[in-house]
Amino acid sequence: MEERNKLEAAAGKLRFERRRERQKALLLGIISIFIFLTVWQMLCTLHIVGENVLVSPIKVIQAIWIKAGDTRPDGNTLLQNILSSFRLVLIGFGLALVIGLPLGLLMGWYRPLDKFIRPIFEIIRPLPPIAWIPIVIVILGIGTAAKSFIIFFTTFVPIVINSYTGIRETNQVYINFAKTCGYSNWRIFRTVGIPSAMPLAFAGMVIALGNGWGTLVAAEMLASNSGLGYMIFMGRSYGRIDIIIAGMLVIGLIGLALTAALELIEGYVLKWRIKEK
Amino acid sequence: MERRVKVKVEKLCKSFGDLKVIEDCSFQIYDGEFVCVVGPTGCGKTTFLNMLSSLLKPTKGAVLIDGEEAGPKKHNLSFIFQEPSAFPWLTVEENMAYGLRAKHKDKAYIKEQTEHMMELMGLGKYRRSYPKELSTSTEQKIVIGRAFAMNPDLLLMDEPYGQMDIKTRFYLEDEVIRIWKECQKTVVFITHNIEEAVYLAERVLILTNKPAKVKEEIIIPLPHPRNVEDPEFVRIRNYITDQIRWW
Repeated sequence: MEERNKLEAAAGKLRFERRRERQKALLLGIISIFIFLTVWQMLCTLHIVGENVLVSPIKVIQAIWIKAGDTRPDGNTLLQNILSSFRLVLIGFGLALVIGLPLGLLMGWYRPLDKFIRPIFEIIRPLPPIAWIPIVIVILGIGTAAKSFIIFFTTFVPIVINSYTGIRETNQVYINFAKTCGYSNWRIFRTVGIPSAMPLAFAGMVIALGNGWGTLVAAEMLASNSGLGYMIFMGRSYGRIDIIIAGMLVIGLIGLALTAALELIEGYVLKWRIKEK
Repeated sequence: MERRVKVKVEKLCKSFGDLKVIEDCSFQIYDGEFVCVVGPTGCGKTTFLNMLSSLLKPTKGAVLIDGEEAGPKKHNLSFIFQEPSAFPWLTVEENMAYGLRAKHKDKAYIKEQTEHMMELMGLGKYRRSYPKELSTSTEQKIVIGRAFAMNPDLLLMDEPYGQMDIKTRFYLEDEVIRIWKECQKTVVFITHNIEEAVYLAERVLILTNKPAKVKEEIIIPLPHPRNVEDPEFVRIRNYITDQIRWW
């Protein structure tokens, strides 16, 4: 019993130390951002760079504030732009997930399917998503479908590759055990293959979502009338540096939030993954 | 008392290409018996076990369980591997039930059997834990419990304690004997550790070097738990060691 108490005390101490580590990391992060913003602000207030090249962070925040209710210069409020971009990414990423995840898993598990699909996939894989734009315009026009398709392609490839690799790396011992129990191949796929592929599959989704959100601006180059990418382009046309930087900042922040949300889901779904014994 | 034959191995042969791993191997295992298989390293012990569990098909000959060709869909076979094999994504409780779910639909039966095994293994307090949160010996206990919970016709253990430290091994050896006595299952236990074999088995099968066949079988009449310092124990252990050394 005493030994148990000692163990618990040690575990408590370890937890406390970990929390201290995290707090330290957070503090360092805040300091770094603060220094970055200060330098940026100084560059502007001391007129080291001209206002036509860079505007100060305070001006950017003002621009975001004003843009929340103002439709100038691109015709939408900030929220409308965010929602419009969000919709594109969700459609593209959602489709990639619904098609790519099962495809990668099945390809990784069933060899004939792998051999059948792989040649096509290998040709498509190295194509940069931007290279799809001209053909997509010809086939799908310039509507939501076309733009979502570009996002779809950026997100599809990492999702397929990661779920494929994940399931291929399933420990043979787990498969053998399930076999000796008398499970069918399909049930082993479901009960052993899929869960063991999930850590890598999730890593793929995080990469995919980052890529997808990053390709947004390019996708919205395809003639839009709303969206964060569109807002940035309008900012450029009207020489509004503050709008451009505000757009970039919002894209960055939302990208960060999306990744964090996905990692939160990952932490819940993969709660069995404890890093240390 | 005449014991019923549970497993009958008839003229079993296995070759991979030109390499003969097992040649003309015949023997019987009785119902409820604890048999250890020992042999020189690399003599095909694992291949042998993989055929008993029909992970591999024999080249010639047959493995019969209760007079029928062995198959995981028909028989309750349970395998304990050398490597840790508890599913990390399932809790202790779910791991215990996994093998049972292959053939049973009755939830109440699965629940009852799982509970019984968890109690027997002393794992009840970890039921909601994941294997990675537990120690290696506890993880191996999950694997043993999971195998016994399936109520196997035949339980195959492939050097299950090969990678454990001595203390853990001694502890788990006693555990497996205790549960075997409780559940009355037929166990085939492969090991290259002769002392382990003599400590556990009712009967030891000694295999020859490749291509493997049964060189000799030795009945160990000592009662469990056994004393490793008992002169009879030492005599049998030395005898088996000589048999392997002078094959």
